[in-house]
Amino acid sequence: MKPFDHLVLILGVIFLCLPVVMALMSSTHAAIDIHTNGLSLLPGGDAMATYGKVLTHRGGFTGDVTGLLMLRNSLILGLGFAIGKIVLSMMAAYALVYFRFRFATALFWMIFTTLLLPLEVRIMPSYQVMAQLHLLNTYSGLIIPLLASATGTFFFRQFFRSVPDELLEAARIDGAGPVKFFIDILIPLSKTMMSAIFIIMFIYGWNQYLWPLLMTTDESFYTLMRGIKSILQVWIGSQIPDYNEAFALAVLAMIPPVAVVVVFQRMFIKGLTESDK
Amino acid sequence: MAHITLKDVSKTYSGSAHSAVSGVDIAIQDGEFIVLVGPSGCGKSTLLRMVAGLEAISGGQVHIGDRLVNDLDPAERDIAMVFQNYALYPHMTVRDNMAYGLKNRGASRQELAQRVQEAATLLELGPYLDRKPRALSGGQRQRVAMGRAIVRQPAAFLFDEPLSNLDAKLRVTMRMEIRKLQKRLGTTALYVTHDQLEAMTLADRLVVLNGGQIEQIGAPLEVYRTPASTFVASFIGAPAMSLLDAHVESGRLVLAGHQVARVHAGDGPLTLGLRAEDLRIAPQGLPMDVEFIEELGAQRVVYGLVDGQRLAVVETGAKSISQRVHIAIDPQRLHLFDTVSGRRRDIVVEQQIPSHAHL
Repeated sequence: MKPFDHLVLILGVIFLCLPVVMALMSSTHAAIDIHTNGLSLLPGGDAMATYGKVLTHRGGFTGDVTGLLMLRNSLILGLGFAIGKIVLSMMAAYALVYFRFRFATALFWMIFTTLLLPLEVRIMPSYQVMAQLHLLNTYSGLIIPLLASATGTFFFRQFFRSVPDELLEAARIDGAGPVKFFIDILIPLSKTMMSAIFIIMFIYGWNQYLWPLLMTTDESFYTLMRGIKSILQVWIGSQIPDYNEAFALAVLAMIPPVAVVVVFQRMFIKGLTESDK
Repeated sequence: MAHITLKDVSKTYSGSAHSAVSGVDIAIQDGEFIVLVGPSGCGKSTLLRMVAGLEAISGGQVHIGDRLVNDLDPAERDIAMVFQNYALYPHMTVRDNMAYGLKNRGASRQELAQRVQEAATLLELGPYLDRKPRALSGGQRQRVAMGRAIVRQPAAFLFDEPLSNLDAKLRVTMRMEIRKLQKRLGTTALYVTHDQLEAMTLADRLVVLNGGQIEQIGAPLEVYRTPASTFVASFIGAPAMSLLDAHVESGRLVLAGHQVARVHAGDGPLTLGLRAEDLRIAPQGLPMDVEFIEELGAQRVVYGLVDGQRLAVVETGAKSISQRVHIAIDPQRLHLFDTVSGRRRDIVVEQQIPSHAHL
């Protein structure tokens, strides 16, 4: 059975990795090369030129949009989402779990049911609200409406409920008030949970397409996702789309999420194996 | 250092018809070691948590020192608590765990280091100061929890079943250490346990609780020798005191058709309490059918039935025991309780009558 197991696993690896390798290799060929010979699995000679152009070439109608700018915008969106969502949902969960107030449970379930609704359902009203607040074409407008996170609140709530009550009581006797307990005890204990949510939310923010498309008309807010799309859109006359650039951009777009997963997964696993409550 | 006074303290949980604790009066002297003991659900932990301030007080007054603390935060009550599961902060080192309370009170860095060092020396925790709690054994964690209490130099220690998570052997050592430490520091201590042996060995005075009310307060031996009720009698001491239905017939206490003693009491039923070690197997006396024998090494406990009622006898001999034995009862060492209320009745037991005297 051993060789068969390996075969299945190897096939799986190839199935998952081949497209990535193909994108990476194709991005090192010239556009014309890809157009005539199709995708390739071997490196070509245009890597430096393509990546250099993608990162620094000024494109768009205004001639100001470079790959670096798009990378920066995507990072702001990804980090803004991840950090904002963690801060907000942790505080919401803290209030729900540790403070007794009327309708706390009802409130939680109200938050929870919003999990069932995807962003697209409320995208028009959200847009309208942002428009009325004059927040179109701003980073705040891009990030703030999506910060409330039912998923994050739910996960943190479950985690806080698993923290033994005695810890809170010991802290109260030790003279820690609500803020101190949150900062000194709960946040350090939540590291594992925070890194898990960070991974999910960063990628969620990084991959946003429809929302930035709607919210921003100013090209300086272009994200990588929109950049890739716009490169492939230039079917004007007999022009060949810059496949190589699209691939290069896709590869660039992959690096930060992969880095985030690698770094935080290590923390995540470390947290899982070390925690001993 | 402080005395603690509980006056008519009661607790009723919202939504519950009857109270978890009611009418509790305890006056604890400065430096005294008080153990609250009782079966689970008797309200002992609730009472402790009310003193700690972790549970709101529904009625009555709690004074620590000369301060009324009913409405004070736990941190303002000048107490330290040791929890059953230790409740150490898992992400902090032993040093930080012990220092946290002091740090929150704004102690200087130098004072902090010095006090932690003192406590660590006292508890032999020196080598472990930079470890996290998860790298410690159960006993060491227990020590850290105590260290955290000591460092603060509070007016009182509150212990909530601190030894129940340890194995039997460690429990005995830690028990002694807690006792020695408390005597040495002279800090008032309130200790909750369901283990009557722990209660007996640790306490200056025992408070036996049942159903949220005090059954008896007294020194361990006093409680053991003169239990105030059948509840206390059966709870304190192992094996438990045997409680048998007896009755008085014209001045004679009669059990299973045998005259046990001559008493000054009116006719009627009584509950007779007999400690296993006050009884012995004799050539003649109360006949008992042996059911089973527990070998404990130094002694053995013989369980049997006297007229259908369970009786335990401690016996030190090694010879085999027949199916039917006779029990000698010392009339000076029997306990009499009211059959209905279960309260102790101090009836004069008069003259020694040969226990085998048949009616």
